[in-house]
Amino acid sequence: MRMILHIWRQSGPEDKGGFQRHELDGVEEDMSFLEMLDTLNERIIAAGDDPVTFDSDCREGICGACSCVINGRPHGPGHKSTTCQVRMRAFKDGDEIWIEPFRSGAFPIVKDLMVDRTAFDRIIEAGGYISAHSGPKPEPNASLVPHPVAEEAMDAAECIGCGACVASCPNGAAMLFTGAKVSHLGLLPQGQPERWKRARTMVAQMDAEGFGACTNYAECQDACPKGISIRFIGRMNRDFMKASLCEPDTRQGQLKAH
Amino acid sequence: MLELDAGIPDGDIRDKWRNHLEHVKLVGPRNRPKYDIVVVGTGLAGAAAAASLAAQGYRVHVMCFQDSSRRAHSIAAQGGINAPKNYRNDGDGVYRLFYDTQKGGDFRSREANVWRLAEVATGIIDQCTAQGVPFAREYGGQLANRSFGGVLVERTFYCRGQTGQQLLLGGYQALHQQVAAGNAVMYPRTEVQDIVNIDGRCRGVVYRCLQTGEIRSLAADAVVLASGGYGNVFFHSTNAFNSNATAAWRAHKRGAGFANPCYVQIHPTCIPVSGHFQCKLTLMSESLRNDGRVWVPRNPGDTRPPHQIPEGDRYYYLEERYPSFGNLVPRDVAARNAKYVCDDGLGVDGKQQVYLDFTDAIEQRGHQVIAERYGNLFDMYEEITTDSPFKTPMRIFPAVHYCMGGLWVDYNLMTNIPGLYAIGESNFSDHGANRLGASSLMQCLADGYFILPQTINDSLHDIYQDKVGTDHPAFAQHEKQAREHIDWLMARTGSRTPMAIHKELGEVMWDKCGMARTADGLKEALVRIDELKDAYEHDMVVPGRADTTNQALERAGRLGDFLELGHLMCRDALERDESCGCHFREEHQTEDGEVVRNDDEFGNVGVWEWKDDGPHEKTTEDLTFDALPLMTRSYK
Ligand SMILES: Cc1cc2nc3c(=O)[nH]c(=O)nc-3n(C[C@H](O)[C@H](O)[C@H](O)COP(=O)(O)OP(=O)(O)OC[C@H]3O[C@@H](n4cnc5c(N)ncnc54)[C@H](O)[C@@H]3O)c2cc1C
Ligand code: SF4
Ligand code: FES
Repeated sequence: MRMILHIWRQSGPEDKGGFQRHELDGVEEDMSFLEMLDTLNERIIAAGDDPVTFDSDCREGICGACSCVINGRPHGPGHKSTTCQVRMRAFKDGDEIWIEPFRSGAFPIVKDLMVDRTAFDRIIEAGGYISAHSGPKPEPNASLVPHPVAEEAMDAAECIGCGACVASCPNGAAMLFTGAKVSHLGLLPQGQPERWKRARTMVAQMDAEGFGACTNYAECQDACPKGISIRFIGRMNRDFMKASLCEPDTRQGQLKAH
Repeated sequence: MLELDAGIPDGDIRDKWRNHLEHVKLVGPRNRPKYDIVVVGTGLAGAAAAASLAAQGYRVHVMCFQDSSRRAHSIAAQGGINAPKNYRNDGDGVYRLFYDTQKGGDFRSREANVWRLAEVATGIIDQCTAQGVPFAREYGGQLANRSFGGVLVERTFYCRGQTGQQLLLGGYQALHQQVAAGNAVMYPRTEVQDIVNIDGRCRGVVYRCLQTGEIRSLAADAVVLASGGYGNVFFHSTNAFNSNATAAWRAHKRGAGFANPCYVQIHPTCIPVSGHFQCKLTLMSESLRNDGRVWVPRNPGDTRPPHQIPEGDRYYYLEERYPSFGNLVPRDVAARNAKYVCDDGLGVDGKQQVYLDFTDAIEQRGHQVIAERYGNLFDMYEEITTDSPFKTPMRIFPAVHYCMGGLWVDYNLMTNIPGLYAIGESNFSDHGANRLGASSLMQCLADGYFILPQTINDSLHDIYQDKVGTDHPAFAQHEKQAREHIDWLMARTGSRTPMAIHKELGEVMWDKCGMARTADGLKEALVRIDELKDAYEHDMVVPGRADTTNQALERAGRLGDFLELGHLMCRDALERDESCGCHFREEHQTEDGEVVRNDDEFGNVGVWEWKDDGPHEKTTEDLTFDALPLMTRSYK
């Protein structure tokens, strides 16, 4: 196949950037989207020019590194798939493809298609953990977790931190990412002691990073390669409301109305 | 000659670790903030170690080349993690796990380390559960188990097909809690270029900021390498695209011994290579062999679709040849047998591939159960190949997966350079010549959460008084060398891309130093690699600039190390004139193709020393087999 590619090129965070047009022959259906970009880069390098910069590592949909907007859609045409999982069989000979980075004020562009998502790390730092530093711990079967609860926690925990939810949201909100972590930890018995504080501090950090507010477009759920459900946003909002309306840190560790 | 003292504690194997802990030196909580420790790598080993050390109060500096520590290669581990909890009441225990690991490694691991690993393994499950890792649960709420190859008990814990992800996120969260607390500092998009030794002790690292190209140094009281394995020497492997050997190799070039480089695991169940453009292979978890049956058509040239081939014309070669372990033989055995049947012309459609068939399992257990167990793996397979394993058997073939070899470490996980440690896949100690499934995650977390945080104190306790800073001239000198190397790379204006040369190296390694090796083939490989080194030096092109993100430059730098390491792997494979585990020398096999060890000559670890002015020199560490006497492995 022959593809016509319009690729966002930007030399650094300060550069204005713009699309660069490439034509690429010999694209095979079984190629992954990133292998197609590799092929293009090999040609660019052999010609002595600067290849297209993009993030990727696992190339099987789990590390969350890859992050292209393909024809206006974060992670491209697939359903529940990451950029690296898109195969060229999703396109036809002669197709034009527009390739851009994940765009959001909170994700500055590093170069070309590569962005800086350290804001997500800082949201986790604000409370996305259970304090349990290493050492002897109680027997796990001493605290039973019903199968459906464990499965629900796992559904939320599957988030790969890619940022497609942010890139797809008209408001640039990070609610799905944050809601997934608040829910994963808040569902489990181990996560209860820090549950209310976690919801408060993570939401506060999300705001501080400049992510937008949620106005229920639900684009994020559509774009999410792991199918994280927006019900986790609802869950986070409830925890956040409770945590702000009440004073959760009583001596009993229970919620108490003001 | 390297001086190697493994420092194995005296006493019965059951008491060694406990006794050792009673005698390692300690650093008091008020003194710990005076120490700087660099941790290179945020995979399971690095994240766990960094989080644990920071929580103790050390000042920890953590580096990774990804944009976030959460993306380290460990995230991709699928199947699970072992622990001898004996929840199944099927006779498991510390001794069994020790036994399986020693035997699985074909008696080429250090038995005291393996015992310790088996001993601390149950604590890992407790630790991870406490952190909120959502392990699979049974309906009653208890933790669930599955089985993996090479063992007769069910001791593998898992989180769907994303065990590595969930374990890593646990470590990542713990690490970032320490970042928030100010005990740890993250250096993402950073690549360590060199280590700095001063007066015989490792005193820091030189690193490159991948975003700006700056070369900088960091002084420390100890450096921990948790930089992962070197499987990408083969170009095609299941490792992440950017996994590389640079940190370990550069440490080796500064004096750290490299042990058993030829021990590389080829995983039996991967999606076969489909095109020349492919740069990375996808693993299909070993857990699939719980329910999948491996077979090929019994007659060469049988091109009927699988469901039209009657039972009698199918060759379930693992079940026939290994009746007691069947499809669950260890990886080296499963991989080699796939090669044999394909070499005999029985590969599916005449290609290098065999079937992994779930038809019986779906019939017996039902669609839903199989979907729950393997749904995401089936989806992944279908998305790559467009075939659904629910309808037609998977096609699989072995691929490079894991490196048992690595930096030599003593019982404290310290290399032969005082102050330099190696943990996780980057060291050599626990898996001998073949690793069993679900035991790398176990080893990485054992090293990171429980072993290193206690043993590192031993070399730290008295050194903070004589702190060395980056103003020491050694740092400036190492930085200068690192800059010169980058300048040299940038001056390559030939015609071949780093990736093209790397691909060729991979082909040589796969052909000559892969699943089967011969003396002649290895000698040929050594010559070919020298030629490729020449191409690297004289005909490579590196584009762009060094003062901004330049991924081609990164690849070129890593390739140089892969070329040197590939050369050493072939030499090690040549000089280890026996077969053991994954190291299969065709000259040493039984009539039906099983490995033949030579314990008298090679019951040891081969440790290589880099020489600036000549070829590598080899030293050996003799292994002992007291707790489990040597025997011939049999899975029949
Ligand atoms: C597809 C797949 C599935 C697997 N499944 C299982 C399984 O089910 N069970 C099991 O037990 N094992 C499994 N394994 C093996 C296991 O995942 C790995 O052996 C293990 O995760 C290695 O962890 P690590 O911490 O040693 O290193 P890695 O996770 O590889 O991390 C290396 C770290 O080092 C950093 N780094 C490297 N070099 C540098 C440098 N020069 N400068 C700065 N940073 C650097 C990287 O950024 C990264 O953070 C699997 C492996 C693969 C490939
Ligand atoms: S919620 Fe989905 S889209 Fe957002 S970061 Fe997580 S995996 Fe990516
Ligand atoms: S490269 Fe890892 S998710 Fe795409």
